[in-house]
Amino acid sequence: MLEVRFHGRGGQGAVTASKILAHAAFLEGKEVISFPFFGTERRGAPVTAFTRIDDDPILLKTQVYEPDVVVVLDQYVMKTVDVTSGMKPESTIIINSRQNPADLDVPYKTATVDATSIAMELGLGNRANPIINTAIMGALVKATRVVDLESMKEAVYEISPAKKDINVRAVMAAYGSTVSGGF
Amino acid sequence: MMKVNYTAAMMTGNEAVAQGVKLARVKFISAYPITPQTTIVEKLADMVSNSEIDARYIEVESEHSAMAAVFASELAGIRSYTATSSHGLLYMHEMLHWVSGMRLPLVMSVVNRAIGPPWNIWSDQSDSMSQRDTGWLQVYCESNQEALDTILMGYRIAEDEKVMLPLMSMEDAFILSHTSEKVELPGQDDVDSFLPELKLGFKVDASNPLGYGSYSTPDGPFMELKRDMMESMWNSKPIIRKVTSEFAETFGRDYGGLTEDFMTEDADYIIVASGTVASTTRYVASKLRKEGKKVGVVRVRYFRPFPEEEIRKAVSGASKIGIIDRSVSFGGAGALSLEIRSALFRANGPDAVSFIAGIGGRDVREIDIKNMFRMLEEGNSGNIFINSGGVS
Repeated sequence: MLEVRFHGRGGQGAVTASKILAHAAFLEGKEVISFPFFGTERRGAPVTAFTRIDDDPILLKTQVYEPDVVVVLDQYVMKTVDVTSGMKPESTIIINSRQNPADLDVPYKTATVDATSIAMELGLGNRANPIINTAIMGALVKATRVVDLESMKEAVYEISPAKKDINVRAVMAAYGSTVSGGF
Repeated sequence: MMKVNYTAAMMTGNEAVAQGVKLARVKFISAYPITPQTTIVEKLADMVSNSEIDARYIEVESEHSAMAAVFASELAGIRSYTATSSHGLLYMHEMLHWVSGMRLPLVMSVVNRAIGPPWNIWSDQSDSMSQRDTGWLQVYCESNQEALDTILMGYRIAEDEKVMLPLMSMEDAFILSHTSEKVELPGQDDVDSFLPELKLGFKVDASNPLGYGSYSTPDGPFMELKRDMMESMWNSKPIIRKVTSEFAETFGRDYGGLTEDFMTEDADYIIVASGTVASTTRYVASKLRKEGKKVGVVRVRYFRPFPEEEIRKAVSGASKIGIIDRSVSFGGAGALSLEIRSALFRANGPDAVSFIAGIGGRDVREIDIKNMFRMLEEGNSGNIFINSGGVS
């Protein structure tokens, strides 16, 4: 079983990101479950969401405490939230950041992508509230291969409520510009 | 087995329930929104306004009125539906007795949520457990698929002429209601053959006026009618088993009946639980089995009627059992524990320990369940343990 934890702020789409990943794995015939850390979805407040992926039906109904993968949609949430909590030595963290993994000094396999600039260039959201939850999925696939790029593109296309093609382009742009380090 | 058509999709528990209501061809819906039930009735209101479902939807000013509205429509012989949570369910309490006492086979969803104070919107079974004496059948679901399937089985069971009692189907707040899982949507034709139209033998009919629910002195027939309700509740057990097994033959998903047993046959230590906690307990028990520990799980689906025979049989070979309640009766124990202990006492069953866990949405973690199994194994002979782990 693969366990993924998403960290972001209310309004950034962490909950939708957890659904997109689950949908991509669902399209590959996997058993999946995705859910938010309930009740914290207030605009601007730190938000946590979870996805589990397995070959067998998923019976574990708790929050994720020992993630295999952590996705951080807002680098600055790391100042107040312990995003690496419960990570195992082999776990990977993906961070939306302009910086390179080496500059962030996180003691795990780290990948970074400037999802905010990708979203801005493609006109997803606005400067105050860029929609980065589709771009970050490209980095997630590049850094972890938890699902195929094609499944991810299809999931993003199906789940995006608008600008479907542009959201898929955001995935590919992020996939092509993800920087990995600490491996 | 019949060849069944279905489509699979990712959906939340509340979406799955709304799809079940649609497939059951419900004709009348009335509800008052409350977190975390809201997304069920939002979805149904959408379906009605898009003509996806041939039903009438009435907005009301309270849960008491919602139950009064579906009471009336059921009495007119129309398959009806409502849903609520927590304080909304408590506000319905009086009307719950009217629906069961008038023998109306209504199905309602309850998204289990804590009762304040303090205000808390998270998972807790105190709301529905406190309605156990209202004459409603009660089912506790552990997956989104079961939440959908229980709507279909629920109408079949409630509307059976040997039962004719309302049924409430429970989903744990958020852990099912707002969590996305893979759900198989059965085809409408298959559902139609499984669940025929409601034919109420005593519906209100202007051309044949009758009195309903009027008045009874101590001489009768009040006592006789209540005795009849008790007998129907007991008689519902074989109907539940029959419909569950027919559902399994038709749709390929077998929920076992009133309870579901996992690895109980040779188990020394068994935990009895309901809802999503039972699901996590199964996960933990499978892991412990791999470590050579003889543990098992009984999942209680039906709390009313109470599956006394099933539980006695499943735990008869165990040396000790634990019971997890996500609710509490202050000054007593959890409702499930009290009933199971009384059933085992009469059967000289194994010693039973009561665990109160997960109140107000506190996560019941793997480590918490492992600790419970360890306490059973270590022979703790205490009465009630409050597990307050799970704080993150």
